[in-house]
Amino acid sequence: MEQTSILETRHLTREFKGFVAVDDVNLKIRRGTIHALIGPNGAGKSTFFNLLTSFLKPTRGEIFYNGQNITNMPPAKVAHLGMIRSFQISAVFPHLSVLENVRVALQQRLGTSFHFWRSTRSLDKLNDEAMHLLEEVGLEHFSRVLTVELPYGRKRALEIATTLAMNPQLMLLDEPTQGMGHEDVARVTELIRKVSENRTILMVEHNLSVVSNLSDTITVLQRGTILAEGDYATVSANPAVLEAYMGSSAHD
Amino acid sequence: MSINRILFWFTLAVLALTAPFMVYPVFLMKALCFALFAAAFNLLLGYAGLLSFGHAAFLGTAAYLTGYTVKDWGLTPELGILLGTVAAGALGFVFGALAIRRQGIYFAMITLALSQMIFFLAVQMPFTGGEDGLQAVPRGYLFGFIDLNDNLSMYYFVLTIFVLGVGLIYRTVHSPFGQVLTAIKENEPRAISLGYQVDRYKLLAFVLSAALAGLAGATKTLVLQLASLSDVHWHMSGEVVLMTLLGGMGTQAGPLVGAVLVVGLQNYLADLGSWVTIITGGIFVTCVLLFRRGIVGELRALWKRSF
Ligand SMILES: Nc1ncnc2c1ncn2[C@@H]1O[C@H](COP(=O)(O)OP(=O)(O)O)[C@@H](O)[C@H]1O
Ligand SMILES: [Mg+2]
Repeated sequence: MEQTSILETRHLTREFKGFVAVDDVNLKIRRGTIHALIGPNGAGKSTFFNLLTSFLKPTRGEIFYNGQNITNMPPAKVAHLGMIRSFQISAVFPHLSVLENVRVALQQRLGTSFHFWRSTRSLDKLNDEAMHLLEEVGLEHFSRVLTVELPYGRKRALEIATTLAMNPQLMLLDEPTQGMGHEDVARVTELIRKVSENRTILMVEHNLSVVSNLSDTITVLQRGTILAEGDYATVSANPAVLEAYMGSSAHD
Repeated sequence: MSINRILFWFTLAVLALTAPFMVYPVFLMKALCFALFAAAFNLLLGYAGLLSFGHAAFLGTAAYLTGYTVKDWGLTPELGILLGTVAAGALGFVFGALAIRRQGIYFAMITLALSQMIFFLAVQMPFTGGEDGLQAVPRGYLFGFIDLNDNLSMYYFVLTIFVLGVGLIYRTVHSPFGQVLTAIKENEPRAISLGYQVDRYKLLAFVLSAALAGLAGATKTLVLQLASLSDVHWHMSGEVVLMTLLGGMGTQAGPLVGAVLVVGLQNYLADLGSWVTIITGGIFVTCVLLFRRGIVGELRALWKRSF
């Protein structure tokens, strides 16, 4: 049976020493859509991501992925179910080459990741596929570069390629265009649109033009709770949103 | 392979094979054992990013077990060494399972605490010989017919063990497992988000490192025909940190250079008694302040800058 929502949270709550960072959030992500999570700094967006991917344990509430209760499942297992996250700060392996970054994700399927007696050359059979993924994000000419030497925008593109290597059903992107110049923002926006085919994407994003451009649904989070939800027109016309979001993000 | 490389390895091989005719063989063998010990430690620190402060436990446990079984049970040297190595690996599994979930300084503290328990056992248990240690351990006959009492035979035996041990470390670093280890060291949350159960990888690295440290300890016992409390003492755990940092952690050659320097220095300064500790300490502080990446690390950086 095909559910319409790929991910659902029920009463999801997380407290830090009495401070409630995520407060009774009930959210449904529809399969095949791009869903944006917005809200002022400190609203609890990253914490919410950490809960979804089991990097944090919820104080209360449950998470369902494809109808399966995944609350308290170890994070690596969640990844194997096809829900892959990126991080707010760029998540690459700086002293592996660009190609190796992608290959590290691919190599799991060979089942040789504990084989310390085998040569790295045994991974070369994955190079074509890794190159293909690098082409998708426009990094094919950088494959041999040490990742630490890539410019920031390219690192974020590499992150997406690495995430794609896991062939995720659901991609969670935490502020994918943060700290980028105009050109990079445009490139990454297009990239997200491209990779969203046959996938579901949940992303935290501050850049409202990116949000309006890409998302089917927007959820506004404030002080850990859902303030509003709907498409861009609906949400942007909501006076509470205008006040809360615009008001407090004006100074960050 | 380029001509330069072939020449380099050829020279190194010739040097290694002829060294015992130029330098006192027991000193060379001791240096090789400690170089292997440091390389094993560096597998953990330099490539998995885990600082163990209890590696003497693995060196020492293997040293005692090999010494005892060779001397009292009459085990052949190769079996004695194998037994010590496996035991150290098993001990590494226990240490690792208890420590691996802790981060940074807590990890170091737990390994230190566990190794102090091993030290305590070594002091208390009758078979270790207490303060005297296990003395006059026979070197025996390798495979039943090669007389290891001959220093030259013993040297080539130790050299073989060293090459195999360091070769295994090299292979591990450049393996599918090594790739995952690097990824975990560089960005652990990302490795987790890509589906790696990182604790298992760290544990395997710990076991390998412990077993190889044990191999070094077992071999050392046969070389010096002695296993003593200094092998399990925390000084030894500190010394291997020193060797590795001095030479350059995270480089293949660094720990080897560091170990040879420290052993050489101790040998050279042996007459000065307790001053040795102070002098090596002083050299260590100076080196760490001057060469942050260790000797080999700095050389490599220089090399890169000039080409
Ligand atoms: N590990 C933590 N311990 C204590 N407080 C935290 C922790 N992580 C986040 N918080 C707090 O929770 C709130 C939400 O943070 P976060 O989820 O990072 O917000 P956002 O991503 O929306 O900017 C903030 O007030 C932050 O200080
Ligand atoms: Mg955030």
